[in-house]
Amino acid sequence: MKNRITDLLSNARKPVLSVFYTAGFPGLEDTESIAVALEEAGADMIEIGIPFSDPVADGPTIQASNKQALDNGMTVVLLLKQVAAIRKKIELPIILMGYLNPVMQYGFEKFFQDAARAGVDGLILPDLPLDEFEQYRGLTDSLNLGVSFLISPTTSEERIKKIDSLSTGFIYAVSASSTTGAKGEFTDEQLTYFKRLKSYKLKNPFLIGFGISNYTTYAQACAYGAGVIVGSSFIQQLSKSDDRDADIRTFVNALTNP
Amino acid sequence: MKYEVDERGYYGNFGGAYIPEMLYPNVEELRMQYLEIIREPVFQKEFTDLLRNYVGRPTSLYHAARLSEKYKAKIYLKREDLCHTGAHKINNTIGQILLARRLGKQKIIAETGAGQHGVATATVCALMGMECVVYMGKLDMERQRPNVERMRILGAQVVPALSGNMTLKDATNEAMRHWINHPADTHYIIGSVVGPHPYPHMVTLFQSVISEEIRKQLVSEIGQPNPDYVVACVGGGSNAAGAFYHYLDEEHVALIGVEAAGKGVDSGESAATTALGKPGVLHGSKTLLMQTHDGQVIEPYSISAGLDYPGIGPLHAHLFDTGRVQFVNATDDEAMHAGIELARTEGIIPAIESAHAIAALSKLELTEEDVVVINLSGRGDKDLETYIRWGKY
Repeated sequence: MKNRITDLLSNARKPVLSVFYTAGFPGLEDTESIAVALEEAGADMIEIGIPFSDPVADGPTIQASNKQALDNGMTVVLLLKQVAAIRKKIELPIILMGYLNPVMQYGFEKFFQDAARAGVDGLILPDLPLDEFEQYRGLTDSLNLGVSFLISPTTSEERIKKIDSLSTGFIYAVSASSTTGAKGEFTDEQLTYFKRLKSYKLKNPFLIGFGISNYTTYAQACAYGAGVIVGSSFIQQLSKSDDRDADIRTFVNALTNP
Repeated sequence: MKYEVDERGYYGNFGGAYIPEMLYPNVEELRMQYLEIIREPVFQKEFTDLLRNYVGRPTSLYHAARLSEKYKAKIYLKREDLCHTGAHKINNTIGQILLARRLGKQKIIAETGAGQHGVATATVCALMGMECVVYMGKLDMERQRPNVERMRILGAQVVPALSGNMTLKDATNEAMRHWINHPADTHYIIGSVVGPHPYPHMVTLFQSVISEEIRKQLVSEIGQPNPDYVVACVGGGSNAAGAFYHYLDEEHVALIGVEAAGKGVDSGESAATTALGKPGVLHGSKTLLMQTHDGQVIEPYSISAGLDYPGIGPLHAHLFDTGRVQFVNATDDEAMHAGIELARTEGIIPAIESAHAIAALSKLELTEEDVVVINLSGRGDKDLETYIRWGKY
């Protein structure tokens, strides 16, 4: 069975740009138009965040977008409806990313089934323990849903290999021991970590996220990984935009070109 | 032991370690080492010496004669309010800071609601000469100003948590974020039996000195270690975990957990988690959690800042599930009246958290032969402002 994420990454001739934004932010119904604008602007993949009241792995920018989205009335049920509508309009791979509790309350199996039916290609659930996921692996495989796990600079080699064996699509390499947020450039220590990851020759390609905010960090990350994930700096852009479609084009362009 | 944590970190269906990968190495380091370190004779000696000479343990088990007369039962108060810093919280911070030192950590972070855990953490950091950062909701900082200044006098940096409703839950989020950003040199001293495994178990072990002492003290008081009831308030549940621990397998000892009903369980302003919660994941463990249908955490409410938490520790969720502990609740008003009642009958002004445990007395069907131990987890000095504002005395 085809999976859009796997197709994208195995055929990519240039680094992949995956853009994260929070569902229902800035406006409740903006989820769709942002996805369409991102495809038109040249992004390769979109990651839609399921808002949560207590996003412990996120810095101030994404925290604020979560709060606003929830205040707007965003729910998992509504998000899945929006994704089904987005799927009819764009061809890009769609990933849902979120904290575990809203998914648990929806019901894991039902969530996986409904997400696949809505046209979701992959999932990232940062606080889902690996051993807890193993029981759902058969189901997500049969639904052709990719599941990506995170690794950080402090993750051991042995654990990286376990995460590689459980992930499908790609591995999310967190660039630093930090919460999400935009930073200026990567340190030598971070580059050494990217290099080390590359040397493992993992089954999955890895995308580098956290701290990507400009062409410098984009190019540094792409020298090692299959591409990047950008979130906080995109959400900052959305927060202050008057002409969203144009600003999204400018954002993608500025990030990926010197 | 029947109710002990299993090797995967679960109490029945609750517990575990639901954490993002950035926290995994830290939590794993702790998980691999905590039991071994705690069991070392050198650690035990240092821990016990500090509890005795610095904290002032054993705390007394006091026969409250006038209260007993009023409720027609033999009532004992376990005087955790007499601990240095004014509450049981320091039992845990002493244990964890010794552990942190053994792990080679130089800096300490903590969250605090009412400020009792923050003060207990700032105190042990001063004692050990370690750097201390305490996260506290901005609203709580305004409500508990004296404790903020106590922490500052002790040399701690108090950082306001500005997210969410700016209370304990948000302070915990900020402390976790800090730990994600400073994984190598920092230990996070969680103040209750919550958080990812091994925290609930580790904090329970450090607090279990409470029931260890009660058992010994009861032998000299009544000739045997077991009372008929042990009563304790439950926010996250650390004092209750400590007071219940050595009685968990003594099934004929009734264990009563008292939650904060706030303005009433069904008022929409409550913190009675077992009455209102469903299984969910927050702050790293699966437990009972007050939440919306869509899985968003509901902000709790109680007049007592220390009980103002939307979940309970996974041990308590399991004890509720199995029926081993009976959970009751007390409203703001019931707790405040109980606090005044204790002040007038025994000359003890309890912390408002502990006043919830006193309020449970009128909800139990007691007989004159019943021996009841109430864990008086803290003293009321920090709550004078709240007593004064409430005014009905």
